[in-house]
Amino acid sequence: MKKLADDVIEKLIFICGITAIVFVVLIFVFLMKEGVSFFGEYSFHDFLLGKFWYPTSDPPRFGILPLILGSLIITLGASLIAVPLGTMAALYISEVAPKGAKDVLKAGVELLAAIPSVVVGFIGMVTLVPIIKNVFGIPTGLTALSGCIMLAFMAMPTIVSISEDAINAVPWQYKEGALALGATKWQIMYRIILPAAAPGIIASVMLGIGRVIGETMAVMMVTGNAAVIPHGFLESVRTMTATIAAEMGETVRGSIHYKALFAIGAVLFIITFFINFVADTYLHKNK
Amino acid sequence: MMNTKTSQKIAFSALLAVTLMVILPVLIIIIIIIREGISAINWQFIASMPSNGMRSGGIMPAILGTIYLVVLSVAIALPVGVLAAIYLNEYAKDNLLTRVIKLSIVNLAGVPSVVYGLFGLGLFVIFMKFGVSILSGALTLAIMELPVIITTSKEALNSVPQSFREVSLSLGVSRWKTVRHVVLPHALPGIMTGTILSIARIAGETAPILFTAAAFYVPRLPNSVFDQVMVLPYHLFIISTQIPNMPKNLSYGTALVLLMLVISMNLAAIVIRTYFRKRKKW
Amino acid sequence: MVDKIEASGLSCAFGKIRSLTGINITVKENEILGIIGPSNSGKTTFLRALNRLNDFSLNYRQEGKIVMNGKDISKIDPESLRKNVGMVFALPLSLPMSVYDNVVYGPKRHGSKNKKELQQLAEKCLRAASLWDEVKDRLDASALKLSGGQQQRLCIARTLAVQPEVILFDEPCSGLDPISTAKVEEAMVELKKKYTLVLVTNNVKQASRVSDRTAFFLMGELVEIDITRNIFVSPKDKRTEDYVTGRFG
Repeated sequence: MKKLADDVIEKLIFICGITAIVFVVLIFVFLMKEGVSFFGEYSFHDFLLGKFWYPTSDPPRFGILPLILGSLIITLGASLIAVPLGTMAALYISEVAPKGAKDVLKAGVELLAAIPSVVVGFIGMVTLVPIIKNVFGIPTGLTALSGCIMLAFMAMPTIVSISEDAINAVPWQYKEGALALGATKWQIMYRIILPAAAPGIIASVMLGIGRVIGETMAVMMVTGNAAVIPHGFLESVRTMTATIAAEMGETVRGSIHYKALFAIGAVLFIITFFINFVADTYLHKNK
Repeated sequence: MMNTKTSQKIAFSALLAVTLMVILPVLIIIIIIIREGISAINWQFIASMPSNGMRSGGIMPAILGTIYLVVLSVAIALPVGVLAAIYLNEYAKDNLLTRVIKLSIVNLAGVPSVVYGLFGLGLFVIFMKFGVSILSGALTLAIMELPVIITTSKEALNSVPQSFREVSLSLGVSRWKTVRHVVLPHALPGIMTGTILSIARIAGETAPILFTAAAFYVPRLPNSVFDQVMVLPYHLFIISTQIPNMPKNLSYGTALVLLMLVISMNLAAIVIRTYFRKRKKW
Repeated sequence: MVDKIEASGLSCAFGKIRSLTGINITVKENEILGIIGPSNSGKTTFLRALNRLNDFSLNYRQEGKIVMNGKDISKIDPESLRKNVGMVFALPLSLPMSVYDNVVYGPKRHGSKNKKELQQLAEKCLRAASLWDEVKDRLDASALKLSGGQQQRLCIARTLAVQPEVILFDEPCSGLDPISTAKVEEAMVELKKKYTLVLVTNNVKQASRVSDRTAFFLMGELVEIDITRNIFVSPKDKRTEDYVTGRFG
């Protein structure tokens, strides 16, 4: 009788253990189901490389190149800001900051991670967007640049905390050895600690990028959402995520537009799957 | 050739400047929201229905909607997540299946929130016919929470000394009872911390509930889990982007309520963590 | 005396690392069998094979047979086996709960609910472990507040509480001072009247003080087993002599 109860709970534990696999597969299946049916009606080539996203024109055009480039330019810009700043902050927090300041700074980073993306978007709209409009003298501040800056901050906690873990994981013997040879702390930091922590830092950057590509609300609120191929950071852009979020509400279930949005979802899923896979590999290299 | 001491000084100052650049905006954001939004906060704002096309009145249905969604989703995700963590930490062998599970968790954590929304729409709203409802939204959010709960619970279980398990097993106590009576109780603070953090995270999520649960405006409170609800983050989104002539302080007020909700949960998690870390006996 | 445990052709390995090769050994009822040998000689692996605690280690493989009370232990349900074969670990591993809860942890998990019986059992076991007088007034205090030696005797009491026939000691005094060690040894000698004891120890003198027979393990092999006096006074194998006289180890 007792044995039976143990058996039942252990079966349950096993089932829960594999739920993560089940859900990854289910997500893939549900995105693919609509995606595949979309490609029955629309050419894959025109979807991926088409320059025009006119989902409601007649005939509709579902070229996601402008959306991919939109996501790309935001990701690129955000990384250019977040990667150097994030790594440097991680270095400072883990190697330079005095003990008391360290905890405060870490709490600050955690706090940043806690701010909901819709709040970040709101703050971007009411503060950053007008500033950009005035500084550059352009008709609207809803630009790729605004998106890059807001998303850089959203990627920062990921980059800082994972880099910091990687830096902390560098064996102290490395540092002691170099100190004994008369190197200064700064020399040790960039000659020894940074290279040793590199795999973890790369992983943190990948995960940060994954976060930026997948970010939806903030980016939708500050980038202006013009589905055209971007030519610079001071133009409105539209990302893949924002397209899904903005248009799904207006589509008819089962229509080609509806399926096209799922196809975009599938593309996003595959991209982030790949990024996370690579990041995870680097993380394990660090250990 | 610059003196090495001087160059170190310059480098450290630069690092400090950068760190402040990263941290200070958080404070600035919080200060702005508090300063602009505090005037909107009063009992009527918290506890009454919106009126005049949401341009006046309160945000009670959105606050309640967020609470419903969060409570239901955590009630679903917590048991599954903790059992999954128990499987990984206490039972799983080092084999292909375990590696695939771990990889799945990593990838689940990286799936964009809007893709969760699509998935929830496809599976819960349409395929399982739950409609746009609290239930569909909570299930979608639950799946999103899973990787966080599993990962933090697993860490908490892992930090319980192996020797506790050996003592219990050596007394002829079964594996499950060992987990139940000596491992879980000591992993509980860690599990709680992780769970609260995951709740804080999903309380602010908008994209996953956009097509699964959230309603633009519902003039009444939900009667069952099959009703649509207003939700705080979505409410903030619509009043700040879709409604012309929205009084600014109401937007700020809504942002402030959402922010306080999320930050207080984070603080609670931090307090629990520090308290139990100090009390740890081994 | 009757054979309580008989291991024959016992070989153990963790992955590719062999830990024991071809051990044949018997443990007699109501004796203390001491097992000595340098570290990594396989003593602890042998001990943990007796209550099948090795089963939980990654990639553990085992050949040969262990028979207890005439039954192959690989065919007994491991939980009832472990109830029958208690174990006291190298460090005093009190669970982070009260003294009383530590003692009754096993019986409670096995389904005893009667409070009165549990209290009587706790007293009996604490007395048997020569700890009762020292803790009777603070049964509700945290076990972690006791001294190392007291905690180790608490662990013995906890083991007794599930009513085993055999008790395995894995270097039980390695973390204790001489006075605590003496108390634990005293308890062990008292226990052998009712139980069969297997004592793995790094401390050769301890084996000479308390064990009836002593086995010497070296690099996963059983070099020699004999009554304790013979092992220490007239060992048959040169390696045993070198070890017990402190020439290596």
